[in-house]
Amino acid sequence: MKISDLIEETYLALISNKARSGLTILGIVIGIGSVIAMIAIGQGTQASIKSSIESLGSNLIMIRPGVQRTAGSAVSAGRGSAQTLTVEDSEAIRDEIELAKAVAPAVSGRYQITAKGSNTNTQVIGTNADYTKVKNISVDDGVFFTEQQSRSGAKVAVLGPTAAEDLFGTSTSPIGQKIKIKGIEFKVIGTTITKGSSGMDDQDDVVYIPLAAAQRYFTGNEYVSTINVQAASEESMEDLQNQITDLLLERHNIADSASADFSVMNQADIVASASSIAGTLTLLLGAIAGISLVVGGIGIMNMMLTNVTERTREIGLRKAIGAKKREISLQFLAESVMLTFLGGLIGTAAGWIVALGVQHFGNIAIEVSMASVAMAFGVSAAIGIIFGYYPAKRAASLSPIEALRYE
Amino acid sequence: MIECRNIKKIYKNGGSESLVLKGLSFNINPGEFVAIIGPSGSGKSTMMHILGALDKATSGEYLLDGKNVSVLSEDKLAEIRKKKIGFVFQSFNLLPRATALRNVILPLVYAEMPKEERDKKAKEALKNAGLDEKYYDYKSNQLSGGQMQRVAIARALVNDPSIILADEPTGNLDTKTGEIVLATFQELNKKKDHTIVLITHESNVAEHADRIIFIRDGEIVEDKKNPRKVLAGRINYID
Repeated sequence: MKISDLIEETYLALISNKARSGLTILGIVIGIGSVIAMIAIGQGTQASIKSSIESLGSNLIMIRPGVQRTAGSAVSAGRGSAQTLTVEDSEAIRDEIELAKAVAPAVSGRYQITAKGSNTNTQVIGTNADYTKVKNISVDDGVFFTEQQSRSGAKVAVLGPTAAEDLFGTSTSPIGQKIKIKGIEFKVIGTTITKGSSGMDDQDDVVYIPLAAAQRYFTGNEYVSTINVQAASEESMEDLQNQITDLLLERHNIADSASADFSVMNQADIVASASSIAGTLTLLLGAIAGISLVVGGIGIMNMMLTNVTERTREIGLRKAIGAKKREISLQFLAESVMLTFLGGLIGTAAGWIVALGVQHFGNIAIEVSMASVAMAFGVSAAIGIIFGYYPAKRAASLSPIEALRYE
Repeated sequence: MIECRNIKKIYKNGGSESLVLKGLSFNINPGEFVAIIGPSGSGKSTMMHILGALDKATSGEYLLDGKNVSVLSEDKLAEIRKKKIGFVFQSFNLLPRATALRNVILPLVYAEMPKEERDKKAKEALKNAGLDEKYYDYKSNQLSGGQMQRVAIARALVNDPSIILADEPTGNLDTKTGEIVLATFQELNKKKDHTIVLITHESNVAEHADRIIFIRDGEIVEDKKNPRKVLAGRINYID
């Protein structure tokens, strides 16, 4: 039998039972579709996490307070709640470590802000002038506060674009206006250019004020919650990380680095750990979707077995007019592969559409990779062969005499 | 053309063996119209399976066009069926959802004949089998019994087989339609020189053949030319 005839025979067999073929295909469509959609969502999430972490700043090292242990106590305070880092630490890093290009200590909190009757609740970051360097912030209008202002605690503020719009609208310039943070009046001296959302929080919905002002009016102490350090180059990141660790251990009088009361993370570590979480998520989603693919495959096998039984006489006849064993098994195999292949085709399209829908309505980034599409086709064809093999073999091994007599 | 020498068939069923054919020997010459008749259980169906290369004899020789079929492998038997044998069954065995024409084309598909050629051949066979042209594109399950058997006959003769085997071809038809189908066989035999072997248990069906072989209990009890045919002046029958 020629290939073109095989395809024609297969086509005729499948359309002669449209409902059953359609339902069987549906099983594969759901399987392949969910694999495609899940992987697209997983990979999209992975990519967006990576890019949003990278947008935080380049060659960035973050120092955060670590676990604080009190002598004689077995209980340690939670990470991040500890107060171990000070402005002096950050100044020591800037003065003593040459590789540190910019050092920006910061404290942050969410407060109610009012301006001329409008009000908003937003994140207030107290920091210094170097913050613009380490976080890739550009000033749109006006100026950022100076190092001098950040030390003295001048009551000035720089608004992120979202915060500026919430407080002053789009028509009036906020420069020179007054805002009240927790009742304390600040003068707006600048606005920044948009940075976009990083998924979890809006990097534009923020108000920057001098560090000393934030400590004086809001936190009430001299600790900082983060010290951001920018390395001169990507290559010097590791050296810088080591030097910072050594310096802070010495300053905090800790001999053993394992009991450090701070942690030094570089951006690559953050990206790696975040994308490994997202990667695991992708795998999990894909595995769940894969189960439905197996169920679809079993559906194919079930249909093909029913088919072989129902068409026993046809098989007998085909053998009587000269079909070889191989031609019979190829025909049934071709039917199951065509079903799964069609299922793969429609499933890929359906999965893609679902993923696009999720992107559009759910605001989750997606990424349909050619690899996952190729995999979907490979897997669906493989399922056709694997689950079609046994029924096809059963059809081919029927005795023509028995098959022709079958009622 | 067909030579059967001492054909024996033993069926093994668990421990017991039953001898279904007890050493049959006969020849069928090209262009003959032979009926094999016998009661049920006589072994005539088994004989048909062996003649049709669907089954192999346990011992003995079956020579078709000089080739010993009884020693061939399963795939070689399929090859023989494809090239040399046309089957007509009691229950037609057409593909129900395929058109009449497609059913006739099917053997040519396995013979890998080019598309244009096989269309022409199939139409010719349908014409010879006496099916009206307007039914060619009917689904076979929309046809009457007589029409279905005509399609089946066309399918049997489409690749010019050495022998057409008809197994109770009138069994599912009423008497009148059966007569028409049998007349078609006679015509194919007389005008187109097809060799036809008709297997039946009804003597009035067997009467349409030129020669009748009686089988009972796995043995040939009588092998004679059909006296009615001779009396009717079928002078082309030569012993």
